[in-house]
Amino acid sequence: MLVLAKFAKDKPAVLGGLIVLMVVGIAILAPLLAPYPGDVSASHLLMRLKPPSWEHPFGTDNLGRDILSRVILGARGALMIALMVVGISMAIGVPLGLVAGYTHGWVSEAIMRVTDVFLAVPQLILALALAQLMGPSLQSAMLALTLTYWPFFTRIVYAETRRLSASLFIDALQCIGAGTLRILFGHILPNAISPIIVRATIGMGFTILVAAVLGFLGMGATPPDPDWGLAIAESRQYLPEAWWFSTFPGLAIFLTVLGFNLLGDGLRDIVDPRLRRSR
Amino acid sequence: MLAFIVRRLLLVIPSLAGLLVLTFFLIRVVPADPAAALAGENATPAQIAEIRRQYGLDQPLYKQFGVYLTQVARLDFGESAYSRRPVAVDIKQRLPATLELTIAALVFATLAGIPLGTLAAIYHNRWPDTLLRILSVGGVAIAAFWFAIELQLLFAMDLGWLPLRGRLSPGLTAPPVLTGFFLIDSLLAGRLDVFTDALRHLILPAFTLSLGGLATITRFTRAGVLETLQKDFVTYERAQGFPPRALIWKFVLRNSVVAAVTQIGLLFGSLIAGAVVVETIFDWPGIGFYTVQAILTADTKVMLAVTLLIGVIYAIVNILVDVVHGLIDPRLRDDG
Repeated sequence: MLVLAKFAKDKPAVLGGLIVLMVVGIAILAPLLAPYPGDVSASHLLMRLKPPSWEHPFGTDNLGRDILSRVILGARGALMIALMVVGISMAIGVPLGLVAGYTHGWVSEAIMRVTDVFLAVPQLILALALAQLMGPSLQSAMLALTLTYWPFFTRIVYAETRRLSASLFIDALQCIGAGTLRILFGHILPNAISPIIVRATIGMGFTILVAAVLGFLGMGATPPDPDWGLAIAESRQYLPEAWWFSTFPGLAIFLTVLGFNLLGDGLRDIVDPRLRRSR
Repeated sequence: MLAFIVRRLLLVIPSLAGLLVLTFFLIRVVPADPAAALAGENATPAQIAEIRRQYGLDQPLYKQFGVYLTQVARLDFGESAYSRRPVAVDIKQRLPATLELTIAALVFATLAGIPLGTLAAIYHNRWPDTLLRILSVGGVAIAAFWFAIELQLLFAMDLGWLPLRGRLSPGLTAPPVLTGFFLIDSLLAGRLDVFTDALRHLILPAFTLSLGGLATITRFTRAGVLETLQKDFVTYERAQGFPPRALIWKFVLRNSVVAAVTQIGLLFGSLIAGAVVVETIFDWPGIGFYTVQAILTADTKVMLAVTLLIGVIYAIVNILVDVVHGLIDPRLRDDG
């Protein structure tokens, strides 16, 4: 309850939480909310590049499709990609971090050196190179993003595990003969969960952003997917006349990422008093 | 001090070695046929066979790694399939454009970020602070490629105040190359018209690129100033009746920017990565634009060289940050 009360006082974090809830709601109900759900693949050439109006509040694109509908339908894809990438990255990164943090020896060293190397190259460039080498497609983009994101979880879990395994209650557990797996997953992991959740929240926003760059450069979603990054790439030929074509998908990316970042920022303040802003 | 620098340099060796292994893995093991990938899309079977022989791709992996190390040591990355010129020459020609853009973005982020962060700390938990927090989180949340397009739409296409793309207007010729930085070279050549034109071309891309860094520097300055404000010497000065505003600019800021300076160093690496996107939108002839062209045309040799280059720049910047810290704070030297 204390946590909730603290959270409620943090206005930007509450705003972030509301934005995230709204985007998740839109993604779930997308086919019901979109005024023209058929515009995922349909085209109406007579209606092409119409400015915003009552019928089409965000205007129409180069194939006459309703941009509001495509922005709404695109929320689902963006969230799905981010959930998959962050989820799989956690599934890889967290156990590696636990092992590297709890043991001392060459396994631990090897895991952390590999982590360092991945973190030494900018994520975007590594993801672009990997996606291209695996053949450009949505699957490659997701795999590339996962391969470049797991080290962030390993790094955090490693540091937390090292800190926790020096504490008395772990010594006590070892004395009464608790098994390594029980200590790691029953006692260390629950105590390290807060920074993992914070990282995952910020990672959701970050992944949506990088996935949009991949889509924009033609390395992710393929037409006619209602992908936000792809739509911005397609809009470039029709500027400056069709300003609405690029503006609304970009605002959707911005709002979604902002929501996750504000939420993650607020959560970090609550779970990690060392980093509290109001120090 | 010298021993400290040497020790820092030695620490880089494992991460550079790791980078070499990673890039080797990327080009030799990930693709189904590395020779075809290296030769490019339109290669004939004879060219592919030649590449296979030249890179020793028919030999065991450890021998291939030996060949690879020799090539990297000689900076011999072969010929770009896209520009048909040696990759090393291309990079040497394009690197100054990226450095000029990155440094301009960094200077702007610092000059704006430190005052903004101080402002947020002065108005701690009041509306300017909350507003700056939302703005700084927003600066990281915005998609640079979209923001760049919107800036082009507004300032270049609609208002016509600034040029749309490139480094110079078509009518002008680049100043003679001394540093490769147009702003410096044009002044050295006494060409004010070229200088103004280059500056006008630099504004939109540098501003777009600076957003993430601006947000980071603002936040770190704010945290630093808030921490310093709680120190005893500040309370003492205030008790002496020193006006709070003057106190901030004269004493507090100087003690607070160390954390922000570290961030400036670390940001340099992420700015180089951000340049990939920004240069593509503004047709900026640097290595970022080159990288995207290489990736889109599956020009593996260029991808390899650029990944290595950026990894090395990351490593160098990290050493520089450590060394500067060692200079500022002698206590840090001993634990190296």
